[in-house]
Amino acid sequence: MNNVVEMKDITKRFPGIIANSHVNFDLRQGEIHALLGENGAGKSTLMSVLFGLYQAEEGEILIRGEKVDIKDPNVATKIGIGMVHQHFKLVHNLSITENIILGVEPKNRWHQVDLKKGRAQVVALSEKYGLTVDPDELIENITVGMQQRVEILKMLYRNSNILIFDEPTAVLTPQEIDDLIIVMRNLVNEGKSIILITHKLKEIMAIADRCTVLRRGECISTVEVAKSNPSELAEMMVGRKVNLDLNKKEIDEHKTVMKIRNLSVKDSKGLDAVKNFNLDVRTGEIMCVAGIDGNGQSELIQGITGLTPCSGGTIEFLGKEIQNTKIRERTEMGLGHIPEDRQKYGLVMDFDIKENMVLQSYFKEPFSTHGKLNKEAIKEYSDRLVEEYDVRSSQGSDTTSRSLSGGNQQKAIIAREVDRSPALLLAAQPTRGLDVGAIEFIHKSIVAERDKGKAVLLFSLELEEVLSLSDKIAVIYEGEIVGVLDAKDATENELGLLMSGAKKGDLPDYE
Amino acid sequence: MDTFYGMLTLTLIYSTPILVTALGGMFCEKSGVVNIGLEGLMGFGAFTGATVMYFVQGSASGPYFALLMGMLVGGIVSILHAYMCITLKSDQVISGTAINMFATGVTIYMSQIIFGQQRTVAFNESFTKTTYPLLSKIPFFGKFLFSNIYPTVFIALILVVISWYVLYKTSFGLRLRAAGENPHAVDSVGANVTKIRYSAVIISGLLSGLGGAMMILTQDIQYTSVSIHGTGFIAMAAVIFGRWKPAPILWASLFFGLSQILKIYSTSLGIFAALPLEFFDSFPYILTVIALVVFSGKGVGPKSSGVPYDKGQR
Ligand SMILES: Nc1ncnc2c1ncn2[C@@H]1O[C@H](COP(=O)(O)OP(=O)(O)OP(=O)(O)O)[C@@H](O)[C@H]1O
Ligand SMILES: [Mg+2]
Repeated sequence: MNNVVEMKDITKRFPGIIANSHVNFDLRQGEIHALLGENGAGKSTLMSVLFGLYQAEEGEILIRGEKVDIKDPNVATKIGIGMVHQHFKLVHNLSITENIILGVEPKNRWHQVDLKKGRAQVVALSEKYGLTVDPDELIENITVGMQQRVEILKMLYRNSNILIFDEPTAVLTPQEIDDLIIVMRNLVNEGKSIILITHKLKEIMAIADRCTVLRRGECISTVEVAKSNPSELAEMMVGRKVNLDLNKKEIDEHKTVMKIRNLSVKDSKGLDAVKNFNLDVRTGEIMCVAGIDGNGQSELIQGITGLTPCSGGTIEFLGKEIQNTKIRERTEMGLGHIPEDRQKYGLVMDFDIKENMVLQSYFKEPFSTHGKLNKEAIKEYSDRLVEEYDVRSSQGSDTTSRSLSGGNQQKAIIAREVDRSPALLLAAQPTRGLDVGAIEFIHKSIVAERDKGKAVLLFSLELEEVLSLSDKIAVIYEGEIVGVLDAKDATENELGLLMSGAKKGDLPDYE
Repeated sequence: MDTFYGMLTLTLIYSTPILVTALGGMFCEKSGVVNIGLEGLMGFGAFTGATVMYFVQGSASGPYFALLMGMLVGGIVSILHAYMCITLKSDQVISGTAINMFATGVTIYMSQIIFGQQRTVAFNESFTKTTYPLLSKIPFFGKFLFSNIYPTVFIALILVVISWYVLYKTSFGLRLRAAGENPHAVDSVGANVTKIRYSAVIISGLLSGLGGAMMILTQDIQYTSVSIHGTGFIAMAAVIFGRWKPAPILWASLFFGLSQILKIYSTSLGIFAALPLEFFDSFPYILTVIALVVFSGKGVGPKSSGVPYDKGQR
């Protein structure tokens, strides 16, 4: 078979770190080639080199057998390479059509941008590949799933035939993932070739032909997916056996630490996103709020943590009503928060790791005395966390958070929140975008908190995680709990029915 | 009734420099560069306009030539701002402030060299107020739009249309708007963020220079260090007030223009007569502050405005 892409001996360094070291990679005509590796292994970097965003210090790239010098994305686009980035690159206040044609605008006789023509082309492409979008809608009004379809259309509009997807499924709902898989199959049948970066082994097994594994910047090997299995892939990637089974201690005694009664929270448009919401969270128990994205989870999290004021009802935490107290007070009482949007609420991106590690406690002994920060104590504390929670970076505690790979940003937040060992740990999508090794670690940390007798309130969109991690599952639909079940008795099928609102389940008695 | 038409005409005339400069500010901010230096750039335009006017008075096309030169100098000085903000990625507010201080210093220094005094020598003639023969007979509009008015007003109104066209109908405009929102998106589709932002800053320089020259040639007889007295900042307020869009900026500029001429009519407008004259002097600035308080913070400005573009940032 002929190779459309050959990357030979690619080396790319960043200050203090070798992101890619002598990596070899090839892509065959018409295949889906998965790229697997831990967080920070250098997957995004390798693909950025192919797309011309970064220049490699060593190595060469051959496209259809010809040596090329891809010095910027323009060159990449011309030779037919397109990329959907891990963080979408869309302009929020422009329409879908405008975003797609940006940079290669069709013009009419008077050199005006011909929006009509562009729109027609977008509609044609979207119909051909089954990528449903509303061409006139603004990006800020559409779902993440549709934003991704816009990114795919952007590549197709430029006639790209080598398509790079950087973690396309991390932000999608299970239904959207199924749709995306169908789209990718269609694209390959059209004769396009696809590189797929993902952490989800199930997806690789489902659609990839081959899989290349990277570890710490080095290429470990390339295997035929059909001749491999998930646990072998996981082992190659992490360098040891991965065990995703959780052994939870039996705990019989539970005390209720948080009682939520008749809570309502409004969304940004002023509509009730959470209404008449009741929930009990107890010690030694992982309570999971499960549901399809956009059913009020975000607003509920913000209401509990204090990021948004609640419009009605009460939250009782350790015997005290907290719905009107300040965020700082809630934190001090023992509420830990692993936020959904790590870059917005979790980290100050331009601070270094050690400063981020003490964001909740910098004003206390030993980190400050009489209002003056104690640099050594902070550094020492942060070094310990970095070590213990395996946060990988180029300069340890002194690395700015922005240069961390997505997964390592997440690990830093988890280190900070779990180490405070709060009475109640609220974890929202704690493993989104993480590799299996890191997921294993984070799941174990959360279970350890539970076993210590702390309460955990988990929010997750992934059914597998919901079923394996939680003790109790509360299904949320349109801002209300429609059923609470024991994780032991729950099935994927039943959860699916509850989450889609097709069925109502049992509710405990809330006094 | 004549007072009323006179007021409208004068509002148009006083709004013109604000409007032209604000359009420049709009381009600049839309592309992602904040330009606090509008005031200083107007100063350069005004100084150049006044100086050229003095030397070319007597010829019919003289005032237009003076405008053109003011515009050019504004454009050239703005390259400095572009270089500091885009190439050197320095703080845009500080760079703009530097331009403002630089403007006062340089113009006075140049006056000293050219005229031997700290201001330009007064010109005797420049634009003249014209009443257009047929057009002024149009009912209502003719009375204030074509009677006793400077031609600069029409230049400004045409510029509003051109700005709208460039911003919303050309590919340059599309890319410019995108660059101020999400430069990474623009870069990833192969358009050059640096080039777009340079063009936008230079456009703002050209327009501010033009605005400054218009102001000096229609409202003054010479350039002094206080000739611009905050009009550049009022233009910035007009950009915010006008939601970074050409037509609303036109209305905002008219509003600020009106606030500036109230002083002239204060004694003849019954209810206002009781207020001290100083109140009218400060009125435009009070309005500016109020407008900023009310309309800021609603987050409709270009998202990446004021942030240097860093390719490596993720
Ligand atoms: N612009 C940059 N400056 C400095 N270091 C960088 C930069 N980009 C990446 N790195 C470093 O290079 C390494 C590889 O990063 P990369 O983003 O390629 O990882 P990844 O495999 O895509 O991880 P993830 O699965 O978390 O997205 C990381 O250690 C990261 O910190
Ligand atoms: Mg990545």
